[in-house]
Amino acid sequence: MYVAVKGGERAIDNAHAWLAEERRGDKAVAELGVAQIREQLALAVNRVMAEGSLFDPDLAALAIKQARGDLIEAIFLIRAYRTTLPRFGGSTPIETEAMVCDRRVSATFKDAPGGQVLGPTFDYTHRLLDFKLAADGEVAPVQTGTPYEGATPHIMSFLDREDLIQREPEGADVPADLTRMPLELPASRALRLQSLTRGDEGFILGLAYSTQRGYARNHAFVAELRIGSVAVEMEIPELGFAIEIGEITATECETVNQFQGSKTQPPQFTRGYGLVFGMSERKAISMALVDRALRWKELGEDNLGAPAQDEEFVLYHSDNIQATGFLEHIKLPHYVDFQSELELIRKLRREAQVPKAAQAESAEASGGNLSGKMKEGAVT
Amino acid sequence: MSDYNFAYLDEQTKRMIRRAILKGLAIPGYQVPFASREMPMPYGWGTGGVQVSAAVLTPDDTFKVIDQGADDTTNAVSIRRFFQKTAGVAVTEATAEASVIQTRHRIPEQDLRSDQILVYQVPIPEPLRFLEPSEVETRKMHGLEEYGLMHVKLYEDISQHGDIATAYAYPVKVEGRYMMDPSPIPKFDNPKLEMAGIQLFGAGREQRIYALPPYTKVVSLDFEDYPFQPTKADHACDLCGSEVSYLDELIVDDQGGRMFMCSDTDYCATRRRQGHVGTQGLPHKEDAA
Amino acid sequence: MEAHILEGGFANIPIDAAHAFRAVMTAMARPGEIFEISGAQPPAPLSVAAGAVVLTLCDPETPLFLAGGFDTPQIRDWVTFHTGAPFVGAADAMFAIGVWESIPFPDLARGTSEYPDRSATLIVEMDALTNTGAVLEGPGIKDQNYLSLPETALFQENARLYPLGLDFIFTNGGNLAALPRTTRVS
Repeated sequence: MYVAVKGGERAIDNAHAWLAEERRGDKAVAELGVAQIREQLALAVNRVMAEGSLFDPDLAALAIKQARGDLIEAIFLIRAYRTTLPRFGGSTPIETEAMVCDRRVSATFKDAPGGQVLGPTFDYTHRLLDFKLAADGEVAPVQTGTPYEGATPHIMSFLDREDLIQREPEGADVPADLTRMPLELPASRALRLQSLTRGDEGFILGLAYSTQRGYARNHAFVAELRIGSVAVEMEIPELGFAIEIGEITATECETVNQFQGSKTQPPQFTRGYGLVFGMSERKAISMALVDRALRWKELGEDNLGAPAQDEEFVLYHSDNIQATGFLEHIKLPHYVDFQSELELIRKLRREAQVPKAAQAESAEASGGNLSGKMKEGAVT
Repeated sequence: MSDYNFAYLDEQTKRMIRRAILKGLAIPGYQVPFASREMPMPYGWGTGGVQVSAAVLTPDDTFKVIDQGADDTTNAVSIRRFFQKTAGVAVTEATAEASVIQTRHRIPEQDLRSDQILVYQVPIPEPLRFLEPSEVETRKMHGLEEYGLMHVKLYEDISQHGDIATAYAYPVKVEGRYMMDPSPIPKFDNPKLEMAGIQLFGAGREQRIYALPPYTKVVSLDFEDYPFQPTKADHACDLCGSEVSYLDELIVDDQGGRMFMCSDTDYCATRRRQGHVGTQGLPHKEDAA
Repeated sequence: MEAHILEGGFANIPIDAAHAFRAVMTAMARPGEIFEISGAQPPAPLSVAAGAVVLTLCDPETPLFLAGGFDTPQIRDWVTFHTGAPFVGAADAMFAIGVWESIPFPDLARGTSEYPDRSATLIVEMDALTNTGAVLEGPGIKDQNYLSLPETALFQENARLYPLGLDFIFTNGGNLAALPRTTRVS
């Protein structure tokens, strides 16, 4: 005799309790503080902010703690929180020209006003595990100097002066918000950039890499990569002017790409653009390359059939919260559908195993008679 | 009740979803785009259905959630709890007592009444998606009512297998106009799509809502000489003895022994309470102990 | 701003809107059936029902057209205060409100073949709303329904455009009925 098992509710409660215990780990080890994550795992915090589309280092750190270090899970927590926040309005565009740069490098010029500033980069570290760090994380006192007071103009502005780079005039319209309206194709560049900046770092990186290896290669040079803090300003209708409402850290990458021209137009460089919350330069560079690849149509280039050129492919698959949800949902019960497939395959196999003679006999009655006429087609 | 707004979503989001539902009802089978929100459960776990339910529920409703036909599957439990907490609605496992039923993969066995609403969780709302991956292209096809791709696919199934090789999410045509994916219900359930209740379909990740008003004409695609056949396991339920309900197949021992039981747990329990007993079922009273 | 402009909205917004939407949705799903709807006290000539529909569906994302005698400062102020819906001409409207004779039907959006949902929804204020007169058939109707429609020709033409077309909500006092583009009227 069979008695159906009921236990969904208790199973869920038990799983949650176990999860909480595992998250805490060995209680003999001190608990991780949110501030520690924010300060010492800052690049993880940056990624969660960028892909969560919410600039709040404390909440991102909390999400990382709650997610046991699973960054996609942490991004999901931030997204689900973000969607409950009321929208007060849009800021004015941030002035990255006025960024207080921690890092600023150009690959296209040896030097430029504002200089090359390496900043806190891994670039020239030797990737040797530092066993000393395991025991003692103290750092030596750092040298200080006088901050650079001059301007740090965009490298692109120098090319712009000579008309060597394609102009990007300011758009008149306030761009649509990807999180407030369904994605519609073809998407504007503003929407594509929104999608890329919150897209999965690994996915965008892979696409960018594919362009470098020849799948719609666009010969990118990093004209400039800058990381630092910028003010966020918002127009207050009652005041009639913009006021500063806060400051964010951002990474901006501008690439100079292969020039193009025609008989009527002299050749010009083109550009790709990446802008990401926090210090996220791998993501910003990747974004610039993919942005450039997606611009083939407006620049009159050939569609080479490369994945990075396919707007629909890129935009519909870059979101890791959507992707991981749909991917992981296949572990949920599907036994009703599987049962219907079971019945079908058993039936098809039964029919396929009918002796050949019998098959020939019935050929006229079944397959031979297929009219191909759909009944639904008759409905008007 | 919780600190969140009634039924979790903010009012502006609900209005946006409500407008999409109305257009969906006005154009049966057409997929209305909507700005799906991130929900506190993952995409793929029924976020579309949850958003539709959130936009539809009132505090007076009695809510039922089923997954695979069962009320006690973990995700059904999780969604039911979510609305108990955020909307304070009464919940039930009895199909007849529910005013709103959210479902994944099944239509209840019992006919729904005109005052009942069935909300489906939909993974891929586009019936042509696996034949044409591009949304731009499939949208054009719907606009032109150009459904040749599906016609060819079903035709090829028959020439290759001697049968249409689609067992669930079996495509239908609505009011002679839109081809529609009925969500991954077994094709056994397709005839029930013409019903007295209101049917709403929500696809969160894909940002689409569609609907079937009561008594809308819904035709499962087929050919004149290969008529549509709803199928189920050729058994009776081993618990309640029903010969007409959709069955789950369970492996009960390491010898490959099988048993069959109703996928619709409320239907099965109701029958057993009424005294029906299958070959492996226990009489009702002992079962409840 | 006059005091009454600030009044007449839903007292308990999430709950009142949920009930009102259930009425509107059921009406749209069952064309011709008459339902009660309440919770709003809009300035005349808007009825309680029309006011409740506006509060339920309109917000800053829904351009609204006020037809003829419904384009009054009182109604504008009330709608603005309670919903923030922007006022537009008929051609750009997602919702249009007025009495039958005042509505410029040819100007209203019917949707496109790829997006038939991008069409106007009309809220038509009626002198009376009864289950008599025109015969309705189609999705949502088991056999036939009857509704006191102002005419039949326009609805027949509307149904011919399917899947494009206009969708109608008829209001009178605290009652409403709906008629989507799928309904065949004779």
